[in-house]
Amino acid sequence: MNTFNRLLSTAAISLAVGLTSVAAIAETPANMLVIANRIDDITTIDPAQSFEFAGSDVSRNIYNKLVNFDPLNLDAGYQPDLAESWTVSEDGRTITFTMREGVKFHSGNPVRAEDAEFSLRRVVTLNKTPSFILTQFGFTAENVGDTIVAEGNTLRITTDKRYATSFVLNCLTATIGGIVDKEVAMANEVDGDLGNAWLATNSAGSGPYVLQGWKPNESVTLVSNPDYYGGAPAMERVIVRHVQESATQRLMLERGDIDVARNLNPEDIAGARSADGVAIDDELRGRLMYISVNQKHEILSKPEVRQAIKYLVDYEGMQNSFLNGQYTIHQNFLPRTYLGAVDENPFSLNVEKAKELLASAGVGPFEIEVGVREAQERIEIAQSLQNTFAQAGITLNITVGTAKAILGRYRARELDMYMGAWGPDYPDPHTNAGTFAFNPDNTDEAGATGLLAWRNAWDTGGLTAKVEAAVVEGDRDTRAQMYADIQAEFRDIAPFAILFQKIEQTGRSEAVQNLNLGGAITAVSYWPVTK
Amino acid sequence: MALAENNSEGRRKAPLELWIRTTFLTLGSIIVTMLGLMFVTFIIGRVMPIDPVLAIVGEQASKSTYDAAYEQLGLDRPIIVQFAYYVWDVIHGDFGKSLLTARPVSQDIARVFPATLELASIGVFAGIVLGVPLGVVAAVKRGSWIDQVARVIALVGYSMPIFWLGLMGLLIFYGILGWVGGPGRVGIFYVDIVPSVTGMILVDSILDRNWLVFKDALSHIVLPASLLGYYSLAYISRMTRSFMLEQLSAEYITTARVKGMSESAVIWRHAFKNIRVQLITVIALSYANLLEGSVLTEIIFSWPGIGSYITTALLSADMNAVMGGTVVVGLIFILLNIFSDLLYKFFDPRAK
Repeated sequence: MNTFNRLLSTAAISLAVGLTSVAAIAETPANMLVIANRIDDITTIDPAQSFEFAGSDVSRNIYNKLVNFDPLNLDAGYQPDLAESWTVSEDGRTITFTMREGVKFHSGNPVRAEDAEFSLRRVVTLNKTPSFILTQFGFTAENVGDTIVAEGNTLRITTDKRYATSFVLNCLTATIGGIVDKEVAMANEVDGDLGNAWLATNSAGSGPYVLQGWKPNESVTLVSNPDYYGGAPAMERVIVRHVQESATQRLMLERGDIDVARNLNPEDIAGARSADGVAIDDELRGRLMYISVNQKHEILSKPEVRQAIKYLVDYEGMQNSFLNGQYTIHQNFLPRTYLGAVDENPFSLNVEKAKELLASAGVGPFEIEVGVREAQERIEIAQSLQNTFAQAGITLNITVGTAKAILGRYRARELDMYMGAWGPDYPDPHTNAGTFAFNPDNTDEAGATGLLAWRNAWDTGGLTAKVEAAVVEGDRDTRAQMYADIQAEFRDIAPFAILFQKIEQTGRSEAVQNLNLGGAITAVSYWPVTK
Repeated sequence: MALAENNSEGRRKAPLELWIRTTFLTLGSIIVTMLGLMFVTFIIGRVMPIDPVLAIVGEQASKSTYDAAYEQLGLDRPIIVQFAYYVWDVIHGDFGKSLLTARPVSQDIARVFPATLELASIGVFAGIVLGVPLGVVAAVKRGSWIDQVARVIALVGYSMPIFWLGLMGLLIFYGILGWVGGPGRVGIFYVDIVPSVTGMILVDSILDRNWLVFKDALSHIVLPASLLGYYSLAYISRMTRSFMLEQLSAEYITTARVKGMSESAVIWRHAFKNIRVQLITVIALSYANLLEGSVLTEIIFSWPGIGSYITTALLSADMNAVMGGTVVVGLIFILLNIFSDLLYKFFDPRAK
């Protein structure tokens, strides 16, 4: 549905609601949580393969991990889950986990170190899209027999070199760290797939919920695990219904047919805010909006021009108008709430300052092309940039295209400027530091399309070494400071202007308590929810 | 004598030969049309600016991951070879696996198509039951207030955006009055209660004799089906009016009236009888459109049908699902065409 249609429908609903009122005449049962969400991105439930938002939401509630985040205290970082404790070898390469005793899978099988070994080896062997989160530590299908080993009640993992323990453990909190019931998975193995096809639509975990059914584009139903080691969840059934339209979600929420609406647009948020019995929650997510300029461009590669561009963004104007409530100003590559995140946002729209910088670089009026994917908010940001850039004599030609067209050119280092979004892959600072500020080989031949610095042909200079140092730093506080320093330098010299961080606004029934969407670092948790 | 016998036998064989020939021609045309449809869809799928590899590996993927997925999808082969493999698989009933649902496309279609079939069938039924009499009356009472009302109804049906009508319908009948069920096929309490036999929940609940589920499903389907029925009604009533006007101005109608035949006999036994063939085409087209074109209705009402399935797949570069859905929709168009051809022959002796 395009913007005009969206506005028209919202206007119609708002007008009609204003004239009448939608009485909350229904109510979901006290032991059931009903959520409206867009779940059409779920492609699999298998933790070794799942890499989408809605899929991660399901997986987090089904599978325990060795270490995990406490939904009621995300700031505390990773905590023991199936691993009760761990020790690190002197050389920093081996972590030995001691498994929690007495935990059972949904099948009734005991959770053993052998299951953890199977699950992590399985991720590496299957080599699905998110497997890089583990294979970046040097695990390969050939060496997992030696590097991921269960011994009695302990699991020993040995990385190829020393890494910060917090880096390894943070990665194990990602969806791929889900521990699978080996017996059940292997009982459903087909053609050596380690149960991959079966686990795509079924579950074999030990978490607070069991997957009852996933109907693509329709619903996901979870039932509580009464034997969950953390205590049986209050919500005995969780139903996530796929409801595409914001206006429809709002109607269902206001009528009491659902407890939570997760995709309300700003207009419907404003409308639902005044409804009886409805509360609106704001939660920071990890997604960042940014612009970057290609360092192959003669003018854009000048340090003063890179600086000038950061002063030609109307951060506040956008935040307070069309991005209202959906994004907040953030000018650093680590999202707030990440280890090492900083909250310094020194840039604001300052055309005169930008002009001075451009003049000092000896640059007159020039013209560049910005590539934007066809998403409404991105196009609106590009239009705002077009306006402010023009004030300093920079003509910005906006090229709007599909992901294939725009990303293809971006990955081929062909765009002058890119306006886009980036979401972290796992809850460790290296996920973003390793792409924004890390580029060991800036040649075209390197083909490092996964690195944003490479895509912009930016030789990050000393930052690459600093990122490498931060990722092996054992002390957590020191490591956090290292990322803060890297970001300070990055803000100053990088051809990137980080603009905004995503805020997710959720409408919920006031009766629903303790619903945590996972912030910027993890996915939603249903088990603490009460009504 | 022998010659006479041979001629007689030849005359007896002629209808059989004709039938066999017609059957082969029909089957041939179905196969050629389906191959053409598959080829065009396949080529469009390959040249459209959506990258199925990115859809799998994600934006962050390295070049080696991208290349591996590219090869795994067989995209490194020549297009014609890819197409040949696809046709071979389809002939064996394999539409491939959906990227989005991790299930065989055939299984997905078996799940989503009955939902659309159920919705569209009720919609077109409402369109016929209300649209045909309305069109006939509008033609007979041409220029009268009834004709004007029919014109306005059709105009609104043609011009109002379906999502707007749908949302307003939901707001009024579900949100404010509470007369109908909300989005989805059934309420949360009735999900997966009755066993799926046909995939059409109204039929399945009747088969299961579960009247609570039937009632709930009916309350959920009535609004989206009425909406589709309204659009169908708008089209059918205008076409019926137009066909009837043409017949009512014909000389045989004047003759019938001069002969003293009653007005209802003139309208229904003569004029209407002669528009049946044209009307069948209109209804078949309307039905086919509802079966594949009710995407917005499905989105607004969270109805998991084939329209939204194909659209979601298209936007996510899930080409196996797009191809599978398109083949099924194409097949429905062809079958509806054949069915309307058969009805032609039944209603119009000249077509025999």
